[in-house]
Amino acid sequence: MNLSLTLTINGERREIVLDDPRVTLLDLLRERLHLTGAKKGCDRGQCGACTILVDGERINSCLALAISYDGAAITTIEGLAEGDKLHPVQQAFIEHDGFQCGFCTPGQIMSAVGLIAEGQACDDPERVREAMSGNICRCGAYKGITEAVIDASGKLSAGKERDAA
Amino acid sequence: MNLFEYVRPASVAEAIAAAGEPNSAYLGAGTNLLDLMKGGALTPARLVDLTHLPDLGSIETLPDGSTRIGALVKNAALAHDTDFAKRFPVVAEALLSGASAQLRNAATVGGNLMQRTRCPYFTDTASACNKRQPGSGCDAIGGENRSHAVLGWSENCIAVHPSDFCVALTALGAIVEIEGTTGRREVPITEFFLLPGDTPEKETVLEAGEMIVAVRLPAEAAKLAANQRYLKVRERTSYAFALASAAAALTIENGAITEARLALGGVAPKPWRASEAEAALVGKAPGKEAFAAAAEAAFAEAKPSGDNAYKIELGKRVVARVLAMAAAGTPERMPALPASAFAPLPEGVVNV
Repeated sequence: MNLSLTLTINGERREIVLDDPRVTLLDLLRERLHLTGAKKGCDRGQCGACTILVDGERINSCLALAISYDGAAITTIEGLAEGDKLHPVQQAFIEHDGFQCGFCTPGQIMSAVGLIAEGQACDDPERVREAMSGNICRCGAYKGITEAVIDASGKLSAGKERDAA
Repeated sequence: MNLFEYVRPASVAEAIAAAGEPNSAYLGAGTNLLDLMKGGALTPARLVDLTHLPDLGSIETLPDGSTRIGALVKNAALAHDTDFAKRFPVVAEALLSGASAQLRNAATVGGNLMQRTRCPYFTDTASACNKRQPGSGCDAIGGENRSHAVLGWSENCIAVHPSDFCVALTALGAIVEIEGTTGRREVPITEFFLLPGDTPEKETVLEAGEMIVAVRLPAEAAKLAANQRYLKVRERTSYAFALASAAAALTIENGAITEARLALGGVAPKPWRASEAEAALVGKAPGKEAFAAAAEAAFAEAKPSGDNAYKIELGKRVVARVLAMAAAGTPERMPALPASAFAPLPEGVVNV
């Protein structure tokens, strides 16, 4: 059984050999590559704490077999900031109190980055809540999370317009 | 999760040959399969990974005007395809009312058809379940069954089919393209899913090794685009399975319904085409009276399978309301809460 795969993780190409086909992307990241930002909450696709981007799109890494994602580009929370400069979504979560205990936060932030990239409207709180319903926050920081997504979305699209001008 | 052999075929023919071996399963995104394997409800010895196969990931319009959706198209990609959503808005609304954004980004069209029931006795390996272990019995009967079927169930199984997407496909008369060792065949989605009867473990017409390669929507389905809606009542506004849902599409000419399509979700072991209700609508003026009569027709054969008699009344109200919503017209923009009973109602749609 050929269980070798190539992944680009946070911009870095990695050749990986698995000893077991059952390894999920989440377990690969956390247990073997020591990227522990993505969290194992329910491990069944219900809580969203394990959200990462695969080829730019947010998915639940707990329900993804690593071997099946051979060739994919993966972004985790560790790959968002540029050195000490936080990603606008990370900054917005701080400014809007978008978390309390922080356990769901990497998943919330990756989900928000994915959502903003999807280009669906992020200005309406109802649409943001609906689009973020795959991320559970037991502390109930939803109000701050919604505000952070709307704020970051506005800043990112303003940035895009500036770059285009 | 049990250990399995991982196979990555290079072609559909290789995939079919590999999956013909006993106890094999096809792997799409795996969002449902891996969940069931983690809980031990499914224990395939071999996974045949379809995700690297070429040519199964596009949405195309064929010369006869029908639309062909490759089995590996992601649920989100289909729902957000502007051209597709314009022609088949009820399909887009149904897709966006299901699962979460993360799951929709991963889950495939073929996988949506092949997903298993969320009956908790199917997922719990300590319970008797005729689907999981034929002949073992059904702990849902006499158990916690308020979310179970009121149409099409049998003494062997009362589970419901969980899909929203398939309900919209059923309303629009989709065709499932299947490939197997003996070649390609096409099956209308209304015949693709089987009722439980005495063999609840057999959920579709697929034989060993056969795979779904595409789903097709006939050209005439696009003619109903102006009046299509999906409505889904669930225990929370987002990211929950239907207690009762319905997809409706209407053609209204000179104040009368000339064509009606209606399918129900969350109430039966398969996506349920309500043909009697459709027939009852044709020739009628769109309005409360016609919609109430269609709702009665849709649930005329319904019987509770346990603590779920409420679903019959709920289902009727869902039908009457979705027909009123469809008659009011497909919205210009996808509602903020797709298919939600809590979304603002179109003008004139009240008390149904």
